Amino acid sequence: MEAAMGLMRRMPPKHTETALSALLSLLPDHSSDLLSQIDQPLQVLCDVDNAKEFILCEYNRDADSYRSPWSNKYHPPLEEGIYPSSELRKLEIEANEIFTVYRDQYYEGGISSVYLWEDDDNEGFVACFLIKKDGSKYAHGKRGYLHEGGWDAIHVIQVGPEVQGMAHYCLTSTIMLSLTTNGDTSGTFNLSGSIRRQMKADLCVEDGHLCNMGKMIEELEGKLRNQLDQVYFGKTKEMVCTLRPPSELLLPMALPEARKP
Amino acid sequence: MEDTEEEVLLSDDQKLDIAKWFLLNSPPGEIQYVAKDLKSLLNDEDVYRRAAAEAFPLYNKSNIICLHFPNRSGEVLVSSFSEISEDEYLDPRTAQVGKVDHVRQICTTMRPATDEELPSPYIEEYRCALDAEISKYVEEAYPKGVFSVYCTNGKDAEDCGSDFELVVVITATRHSPQNFCNGSWVSIWNIEFKDELQTVEVRGKLQVTAHYFEEGNVQLDAKHECRDSTIFQSPDDSADSLMNIIRHHETEYLTSLQASYSNLPDSTFKELRRKLPVTRTLFPWHSTLQFSLTRDLEKELGIEK
Repeated sequence: MEAAMGLMRRMPPKHTETALSALLSLLPDHSSDLLSQIDQPLQVLCDVDNAKEFILCEYNRDADSYRSPWSNKYHPPLEEGIYPSSELRKLEIEANEIFTVYRDQYYEGGISSVYLWEDDDNEGFVACFLIKKDGSKYAHGKRGYLHEGGWDAIHVIQVGPEVQGMAHYCLTSTIMLSLTTNGDTSGTFNLSGSIRRQMKADLCVEDGHLCNMGKMIEELEGKLRNQLDQVYFGKTKEMVCTLRPPSELLLPMALPEARKP
Repeated sequence: MEDTEEEVLLSDDQKLDIAKWFLLNSPPGEIQYVAKDLKSLLNDEDVYRRAAAEAFPLYNKSNIICLHFPNRSGEVLVSSFSEISEDEYLDPRTAQVGKVDHVRQICTTMRPATDEELPSPYIEEYRCALDAEISKYVEEAYPKGVFSVYCTNGKDAEDCGSDFELVVVITATRHSPQNFCNGSWVSIWNIEFKDELQTVEVRGKLQVTAHYFEEGNVQLDAKHECRDSTIFQSPDDSADSLMNIIRHHETEYLTSLQASYSNLPDSTFKELRRKLPVTRTLFPWHSTLQFSLTRDLEKELGIEK
């Protein structure tokens, strides 16, 4: 497993899916570990009843079908699929509605889905908030800067049982992104990658689970975006400037005069 | 998941293909690390050895790795331009041929190049003049740059009246695994001397990669192609104008790379996710309960701002 994770740290992020399926065929005995530790780009299906798209993941999958958060139906239809309790389903409906607004405000487009299910191990529940945005100029890029641009956010949050008005929340967030710009003078410029972080908190249940989860997601998502921008993109830029420093960084040195051709 | 997964045993050939895929997709400078992980994962010495034997030469050539001669008298670039046989590569500057152990990525022995492997004196004059000019430029622009100038076409031309082609390869790499960061810059300049038109056509291909992998995996992959031309002159004058063309395009490309980076925060990255919501305030999670009762969230939030 350690070697598999080592490889995933090095393979080009645009080849994550190929790399994962290669690992799955090499290590069939570790398939559940691999699938839970390596995030893959999110896929989308259309909910025919609502004419609305929803996001697929391990958490809304049963056999080969996926449950839509909009109609609560499996696509393709499935007899006796697993459903959340009616109480959780109520919260799930609400979470989907609010998260749609949240997503619109931060992403100006994209698709979101929220799935909830009972966590039998610790008497609480687990929620998975997903966002997929295609920011290319051909899709939801409002300003037309990106030739290609994808952002997938996966937030899985474990909520413990209520104890004296408090609950323990454990959030694991992953961002996968890729952006490409294209120009005559600048060529193809692609940055892609993924990072994953965790955040834990004990919060008062009085404000509502949704409010608590939402705030944590907003905070961690903002942090991850910042880190990608400042740290990860910054480090690759620093590397470029080490390889070939911009002239202003070079020691002052007499440049040979350009002779006439 | 595992209950539905059928156990399919891979054939050795399938394993070999997968192993080669991983090796060939290693970022610049990281194939040895990938090889180590892959070896322990495959747990099959025979398949690993076959995969390495097939993948390393391809990887070394396409990444243009630089190897020192055993006596440290210089270095040889492993590339399709310098390839004499699968494990022999020419260094035109010292007129030596290095024998390369691809999997260990070292140069094991060296020998003087034969006359047939080197260009004619007429071509060598052009090659050597360009080598000297590029040397000045690389020293000035790249803290750790390595370069070589090859003749890839018409190397036996004895006198003016014939076409020939030179290739300038410049590479700079930086490996700093302790800082979880690697990068490489490769530029390849194809230079066609056309006798009839008395012109020199220049085609450049630049590729810059960087990989940062501390608690994550983020990679830069930037490519650019450009063209230029100049007139066919004496070896020294040609070398001078060619060096200026290369310097000009590479400097311009670096500037555009920096521009791409500085556009990130406010334009390109914003296309994916904004720093703050369109309302410019954090999302009002507290008030969402009332909103959800009205079932008219969007409107409410629109008014709220």
